[in-house]
Amino acid sequence: MTAALEIAGLRKSFGKLDVLRGIDLEVAEHEVVCLIGASGSGKSTLLRCINLLEPIDAGHVTVLGEEITARGVDVNRIRRRIGIVFQSFNLFPHMTVLRNVTLAPLKTLRLSRAEADEQATALLDRFGLAEKRDEYPDRLSGGQQQRVAIVRALAMEPALLLLDEVTSALDPELVAEVLDVIRELAAGGMTMVIATHEMGFARDVANRVCFLDAGQILEQGTPVEIFTAPREERTRQFLQRIVDAGRL
Amino acid sequence: MRTVAIALTSTAVFFAAIVLVVVRSAGWPEVKQSFFNGAEFRSSFPGIASGFLTNVKLFCIAEVVILAFALLIAVLRSTPGPVFFPLRLLAILYADFFRGIPTILLIYILGFGVPGLQLSGVPTSEFFWGTVALVLVYSAYVSEVYRAGIESVHASQNAAARSLGLTHGQSLRYVVVPQAVRRVIPPLLNDFIGLQKDTALVALLGLVETFRQSQIDVAGDFNFTPYLATALMFLLITIPMTRFTDWLIARDRRRRQVGGVTA
Repeated sequence: MTAALEIAGLRKSFGKLDVLRGIDLEVAEHEVVCLIGASGSGKSTLLRCINLLEPIDAGHVTVLGEEITARGVDVNRIRRRIGIVFQSFNLFPHMTVLRNVTLAPLKTLRLSRAEADEQATALLDRFGLAEKRDEYPDRLSGGQQQRVAIVRALAMEPALLLLDEVTSALDPELVAEVLDVIRELAAGGMTMVIATHEMGFARDVANRVCFLDAGQILEQGTPVEIFTAPREERTRQFLQRIVDAGRL
Repeated sequence: MRTVAIALTSTAVFFAAIVLVVVRSAGWPEVKQSFFNGAEFRSSFPGIASGFLTNVKLFCIAEVVILAFALLIAVLRSTPGPVFFPLRLLAILYADFFRGIPTILLIYILGFGVPGLQLSGVPTSEFFWGTVALVLVYSAYVSEVYRAGIESVHASQNAAARSLGLTHGQSLRYVVVPQAVRRVIPPLLNDFIGLQKDTALVALLGLVETFRQSQIDVAGDFNFTPYLATALMFLLITIPMTRFTDWLIARDRRRRQVGGVTA
């Protein structure tokens, strides 16, 4: 089986700050990997590096057998196969929901308007957003906006979907609707790497959980291993803080 | 209701006082004769109004060219990466140079200098070179307005567009610039009000537009009323534009307040 994603020796620093200090990670096709760890541990930066939104300093990233960090690779072609959804949605406020979803398929996959509209409408319908098709993003709730952002990424039919703390900017009562969408995607076999603070969700949906600490994957394993029997002291401390905060 | 009454009364008293002071001054009869002469106004007005059509034509052409040219400069200035440094440098030098040079000098240099070269095929009309000078100067200002707008669009918008596989150019065209342009319409109209007034500077090249026409009329009758008529022409077009700009700014502010943090 080919790995959907292979990361080897990935390093990234911003100035003097070493954010990622040698990340090795392999994700199989149809696997769901959750990244947990404190703020500043490098989860978001790792996702942005996989999507080539941040240039890396050292190491290799390989997606479906192609090294995307090699010199001369067309980053735009790579990004079309890797979807990313951000914490703050980042929908385009001057476009309707439909145009948000169809922009990239129209301009990069060269779909016709009819094809793109049909595909987008089907996706919006599937995630309960059909009647929001012609609304502008600021008329939508946070949960709806984030679901649109997920649909926008899915419209590119990505081989790999990266989710960067997608529920962190949401009001508590809106978190569930977004997590349900992700659960459905996981059930459908979508390969995903998910940075999250929702430990309960990570335990339910992940095939594997990686604990990031100070720019390294300190420990990884099945959710049961990580959440019930962590080997590392740092992991135990982190989880204890989560439990103390009433979040697990 | 009461506040309106107070405002009206205080305004009436204020202006009445000014009028009284002016009208009762020793020199008023002469000033009235030479600046507020009704007969002179009526006889000079048609010529000044038709001269103003030249100003209108000039700034209409200039504004269309400026909108496109200034955007090009702003986009060049926002190109990423070391390869495009020469383009960025060019855009920066352009903006620095044409914002730094007095408009009136550029009009002289282009309007008298270029035709003076007697190159074949190069236009010699004052209208043409006056327009070119204003386009060059105001494009520099407007490009800075565009640039401020482009930079005000949060980087996450570009990140979202690029993450979907759009190129830098596509991201600018479909995501960043449309949002930037909406935000800069009020300051952009401000620059256009300045441009509309500065069309009078082209008179220095000898082009008979509204200001030049008024100078001719003044010289004919030794009466300054035509200047007043010209000033009126400019006010007729710049005041509505100013009010329109204020209205746009107010509307924009209201929208942003409604939009809250997500806007």
